[in-house]
Amino acid sequence: MFELLGIPPQALFGQLLLGLINGAFYAMLSLGLAVIFGMLNVINFTHGAQYMMGAFAAWLLLGLLDVPFWAALVIAPIIVGLFGIVLEKLMLKRIYHLDHLYGFLLTFGLALVIEGLFQWKWGSSGAPYPNPIPGGFNLGFMFLPTYRAFVVVAALVICLATWYGIERTKLGAYLRAATENPTLVRAFGINVPRLITLTYGLGVALAALAGVLAAPIQQVSALMGVNLVLVVFAVVVIGGMGSIMGSIVTGFGLGLVEGLTKVFYPPASNTVIFVVMALVLLVKPAGLFGQTK
Amino acid sequence: MAETLLKVAGLQAWYGESHILHGVDFEIRRGELVTLLGRNGAGKTTTLRSIMGILGKRTGSIAFDGKETIGMQSDHIARLGIAYCPEERGIFSSLNVDENLRLPPVVKPGGLSIEEIYKLFPNLLERRHSQGTKLSGGEQQMLAIGRILRTGATLLLLDEPTEGLAPVIVQRIGEIIRQLKSRGFTILLVEQNFHFAATVADRHYVMEDGRVIDTVASSDVQQSIGKLQTYLGV
Amino acid sequence: MNAQRLLVAVLAALALAAPWFAYPVFLMTALCFALFACAFNLLLGYVGLMSFGHAMFFGTAGYFFGHVVKAWDMPPELGLLAGVCGAALVGLVTGALAIRRQGIYFAMITLAFAQMIYFFCVQAPFTHGEDGLQGIPRKALLGGLIPTKDDRVLYYVVLAIFVFGYCAIYRIIHSPFGQVLKAIRDNEQRAQSLGYEADRYKLLAFVLSAALAGLAGATKAMVLQFATLTDVSAAMSGEVVLMALVGGLGTIVGPVVGAFIIITMQNYLAATGEFVLVIQGAIFVVIVLAFRKGVVGELAEWWKRRQAR
Repeated sequence: MFELLGIPPQALFGQLLLGLINGAFYAMLSLGLAVIFGMLNVINFTHGAQYMMGAFAAWLLLGLLDVPFWAALVIAPIIVGLFGIVLEKLMLKRIYHLDHLYGFLLTFGLALVIEGLFQWKWGSSGAPYPNPIPGGFNLGFMFLPTYRAFVVVAALVICLATWYGIERTKLGAYLRAATENPTLVRAFGINVPRLITLTYGLGVALAALAGVLAAPIQQVSALMGVNLVLVVFAVVVIGGMGSIMGSIVTGFGLGLVEGLTKVFYPPASNTVIFVVMALVLLVKPAGLFGQTK
Repeated sequence: MAETLLKVAGLQAWYGESHILHGVDFEIRRGELVTLLGRNGAGKTTTLRSIMGILGKRTGSIAFDGKETIGMQSDHIARLGIAYCPEERGIFSSLNVDENLRLPPVVKPGGLSIEEIYKLFPNLLERRHSQGTKLSGGEQQMLAIGRILRTGATLLLLDEPTEGLAPVIVQRIGEIIRQLKSRGFTILLVEQNFHFAATVADRHYVMEDGRVIDTVASSDVQQSIGKLQTYLGV
Repeated sequence: MNAQRLLVAVLAALALAAPWFAYPVFLMTALCFALFACAFNLLLGYVGLMSFGHAMFFGTAGYFFGHVVKAWDMPPELGLLAGVCGAALVGLVTGALAIRRQGIYFAMITLAFAQMIYFFCVQAPFTHGEDGLQGIPRKALLGGLIPTKDDRVLYYVVLAIFVFGYCAIYRIIHSPFGQVLKAIRDNEQRAQSLGYEADRYKLLAFVLSAALAGLAGATKAMVLQFATLTDVSAAMSGEVVLMALVGGLGTIVGPVVGAFIIITMQNYLAATGEFVLVIQGAIFVVIVLAFRKGVVGELAEWWKRRQAR
């Protein structure tokens, strides 16, 4: 077998695949974060906790009700999305008129409560979720586990479907217009508060969907979203929240960058995304795809 | 004489702490074209925004087609059949021309079809895939008017549709407004330019300091021109 | 005015007598956090910048202190100085980048940088990773004049450091520099058009806030004799926000009150494990939804209403 810069190809492609998978999660989560921010003016710190809830919902559905993975893929996001809708109706909608910081603080507090409660009930060590499609392909230069390939493809499809929904449908047109000028959209007869609630529910469901996809790869644990959401914040700063395609490209791209770092300089793999963020702030403070300041 | 479609009585409104309208009274009958004239800051735009329910705090009475709307949210008011074309036009930059045009939902039967609107504004058809805010000022104004014709609303609130436009385009907008009137729309027009207003409207209400202080019928504009000039400070 | 002087005198007497009534280590910890919260509040309350990564200054200063005093065997004064300068340096680098964005992005960027520093501390050899830097010796101060083995003696040292830091913040806020900061907070464009380079002022305020947070972190390491990852974690960044929020944002005493409330609460709830976090989260939620002025702010409001009656 050939070698690249002294790196065996199995290691290289293995890490690239891992990077692509992480990138898939970054893309899905930053997408939801950006859509929610556009409509609610709230940076949803609870996003990591809701991702975790998605994984837990799938795990509990399997353990308690014997619901298979494929059904959980639909049911878990609905459950968590409904939970998000309740949060929005009870709490978030009271703070839209305030500075953005309060939304950040409120959702941070909610994340602490949710993660603390899950940790109290189920502990912080993870529980395994059985791989729904075991096996894989030998591609010659590497072994490709079927489920991991599925995650990358599924995430891509979900991201593109979200893009289509926002950029090409009537509901998406309402969303884009209401992000710009909610008062006028409401004066056209559209129930904007309901649209906002729905947006939050969908954004949260997207996080939960990512959580379900992650369950068979990672351990299902109360704290699985804690560090992830911080990385996703950096992804959002790098990409800028203006463009849907931008979020997707940035997410996958940064996953790959992280994977490559793991191959060539492992100690920096945890911090590389933050370094990229620092560089982007130096060169293009508004973010790679951001338009406004 | 046709029945009253909109009756505003004792309307007061506030922007935050500042009290803008101090008791506005006027009415419009079905099929009429009425203007609100007045200087900057007289409360014309605020009156339109109050009718639309966009303002935070307002009291008094606004009855549309016999229904009291003072306590309603703006989406609810729109669904009764009132449509609003704001002064700043409010074209959405993330939507193309066609999406902008199709954005306001149809609330009642009887609106224009997309084809009819494009026939009324042929340049919009040519540019239907352009980003909404890439249009010229005149085209944006036509888009802002065009998009509220589809909804089936019977009362159109137009806020200074001729502001900042070239004379040719002002003339074109005047023609369109007359056409809309002949199609049966009831129109409340806010204008600073009373020469333009005089060519299209049935009646003019003059506003000052948050009140309606006078009414002039279009047929009397010539006799009242001195009075109007004093009111408007031109 | 007289009432205010009386209040200050009473507080001073209380602070001096406190170690005979309460556990000195608890008091010292609370004072360190109070200074930390004041440093954070300098930035949020008076410049309008919410840093969600202040643990990076507090925590790294602890490591600097520990390393200088333990590994290099230097006097604690130099350790404190290293903590302050180190934190200021971290503040200079991260601040210069973070102030390129405003509002909520600023919070996210500081949070991300703090996370970067956290990961760095996990791996760097001198922090001893998960174990932390343990057993930092408590050495006498001023070349042996002040023995610090006795908790009560050390308490007065910490009290002096706190008073120094608090007065420094008071001076900053009431100086011409502080006036410019407030002008920038209220209307950046206007301040800019008056000829103030807003970014330089913001950066200087950020570095000052970082240095003071570093002073608090280094002092805490001196008191507790260890520096661990907890102090650089995102949870710690959140905690200091909570302290300032509970006390009252933008009031100068608020963060002190908030720090004492939160530290006392943690002391009593330590046994409940995860529930400390749940309760802290719930406090965030309740305060944001219902008591945005915090304890001091709400009390001041209540007092004003009473006076008006």
